[in-house]
Amino acid sequence: MIEARHLTKTFRDKKRGEIYAANDISFRVQPGQIYGLLGANGAGKTTTLRLLATLLKPTSGSAVIAGFDVAAEPEKVRAHVGFLAASTALYGRLTAREMITYFGQLNGLAGAEIKLRIQRLADALDMHEFLDRRCEKFSTGMKQKTSIARTLIHDPAVMIFDEPTLGLDVMTARAIVRFVRECRDRGKTVIYSTHVMGEVEKLCDTIGIIHDGRLLAEGTLAELRARYGEQDLEEVFVKAVGGEGKK
Amino acid sequence: MNGSHIATVYLKELKDSLRDRRTLLSTIVIPTLVMPLLFFAFGSVMLKMDQQARAETPTVMIIAGEDSPAVLARLRADAKIRIVPTTADWRQRISDKKIRAAVEIPASFEAGLGRGAAPSVTIYNYSGEAKSRLGVEQLERIFRELREATVEARLGERGVPLALTKPFETKRENVAPAEKVGGNLIGGFIPYIIIILCFTGAMYPAMDLTAGEKERGTMETLLCSPVARVNIVLGKFLMVLTASIATMVLSLVSMSVTFVAGGSYFAAKAAAAKGAAAGAATGAMISMIDPVGVIGVFAMVLPVAVFFSAVIFTVALFAKSYKEAQSYVAPMIFVVLLPAMIGMAPGIELSGRLALVPILNLSLVCKEMLSGVWHWHYIALIFGSSCVYAAAALALAVKMFSRESVIFRA
Ligand SMILES: Nc1ncnc2c1ncn2[C@@H]1O[C@H](COP(=O)(O)OP(=O)(O)OP(=O)(O)O)[C@@H](O)[C@H]1O
Ligand SMILES: [Mg+2]
Repeated sequence: MIEARHLTKTFRDKKRGEIYAANDISFRVQPGQIYGLLGANGAGKTTTLRLLATLLKPTSGSAVIAGFDVAAEPEKVRAHVGFLAASTALYGRLTAREMITYFGQLNGLAGAEIKLRIQRLADALDMHEFLDRRCEKFSTGMKQKTSIARTLIHDPAVMIFDEPTLGLDVMTARAIVRFVRECRDRGKTVIYSTHVMGEVEKLCDTIGIIHDGRLLAEGTLAELRARYGEQDLEEVFVKAVGGEGKK
Repeated sequence: MNGSHIATVYLKELKDSLRDRRTLLSTIVIPTLVMPLLFFAFGSVMLKMDQQARAETPTVMIIAGEDSPAVLARLRADAKIRIVPTTADWRQRISDKKIRAAVEIPASFEAGLGRGAAPSVTIYNYSGEAKSRLGVEQLERIFRELREATVEARLGERGVPLALTKPFETKRENVAPAEKVGGNLIGGFIPYIIIILCFTGAMYPAMDLTAGEKERGTMETLLCSPVARVNIVLGKFLMVLTASIATMVLSLVSMSVTFVAGGSYFAAKAAAAKGAAAGAATGAMISMIDPVGVIGVFAMVLPVAVFFSAVIFTVALFAKSYKEAQSYVAPMIFVVLLPAMIGMAPGIELSGRLALVPILNLSLVCKEMLSGVWHWHYIALIFGSSCVYAAAALALAVKMFSRESVIFRA
């Protein structure tokens, strides 16, 4: 389970002064559910997800992930989280198998267990063909599959995806979306950030609209449509953030 | 801290680095090959130039001296110089290196000799130029022989024994032990080389494992793992230290082998050509180094290698890209070179205060140990202070790695 309570993160910037990248954000995601974080560029999606993954420490507020507080027990939180972002790259000089093995070891898994899991993940993701090749020569799709296997090696209860389909072609993006759905169906708690409306419509049980670091609206797709009196999610989004002119 | 996590990170970094061509080049290939290549290239060129200079008979012009036919005949008859016809622009010709030297014989030189006057012969040369020097040496030899012959003749005329001109002799004898000589001659140089190698060996991996990872986006992936930050830093740091020490050991081994093998090679060649044996001298010097001192030097260098590795690691951590890291780290080499160079200067000796100056203290104590001198209180003080500096630098590296403003710099 994920529970964010008044999460706030400020950055100091020489030119812009104090930036509220995440401002008093509270929400809750249950196991077997996908929470979609919908926001424009610079809205604070990455910052919020990094706070949940304990890569950043909150300025104020807190979050509890799989029963552990992000500030008090960050290592335990990370042991139960799989974090996948466009910015989490692979070690180019390692093979896919070595990359996944490394993260298995970092998660404290034994060698035999890692082998078994890699076998299973490679079956599921159809990775056998490139498992023993170096990551630097992979296509974007192969890289993404390897990254997914890396996030799943320790079978985390919570999955955090930060724009995982960024820069992927339609087929690869669809494969990712299918995979995220499978995670939910296996009872994982999933949070998914994107600015692509279509993905949110297809995938998310609950949608949170984030703008300028604030969570402006939250609900199921049907609830949001009813609240703003619009069928099209794009129109809902524009109304929620207060019109097109405002930035 | 968790030993098995540190080991996991370390082994992965080791594997990764061994596959990186740039790291292999900078920590293994270059330090192993650069010394032998430099030595042989330099040695061959020197030997060749020396042989050429010696093979050539220096050309000399004689200025005046028409009234001293015996001296002129003596000069012309000498096989080791070649007299060329005198021209008015002899000064220019020496400058242009067309001739090696000119000798000016004063008026009525021979006649003056008989009367006991003391005329002086002037040798014009191009100071600092090796070939001109060889010409001068030959001219000086000829006139020295001439003078000795003159002295002998005059003494003979008066019936005075030759020994009267040399009432006593002076000679030098070395009392310093052999390793002291070697230690002083190159003991200043070895620590200097070690310090530089230690630094450059740590440089590339320290930047690659920090700024390089940030640039390639793998840092964030690594930080997603449940391993505590301190274990990640220590694993990475150990890799940097390994590279630093490997570079140093490889270059020193390659340097010793080069000096000993190359030294005897050039000595043999030079002996065949009957020339200077710079290589042989260096080889002999190496063998004069106290081997226990070498072990001592390694022990003293260890905390300094830790210090360097941690400092470069910390500085490179701030950079967002490899290029940026280079621009921070490269100037640091001058900060390191200065104390190392001061330590190489002759006359600077270890004192209580200098024992606390990082890098300089290492340079000085190594010089002593290599020449077989063991000032245990200084050695303890220097080792202790180096360890304190190293620990402080390592603590700083750990602290900076845990700072999100350093790792996630916008
Ligand atoms: N390390 C940092 N230092 C300073 N400012 C930062 C830092 N990280 C993010 N910001 C700022 O915080 C705000 C939110 O950024 P964030 O990356 O969370 O947005 P995002 O929703 O993920 O955007 P995008 O769709 O572009 O990925 C932006 O204004 C950004 O400039
Ligand atoms: Mg983002």
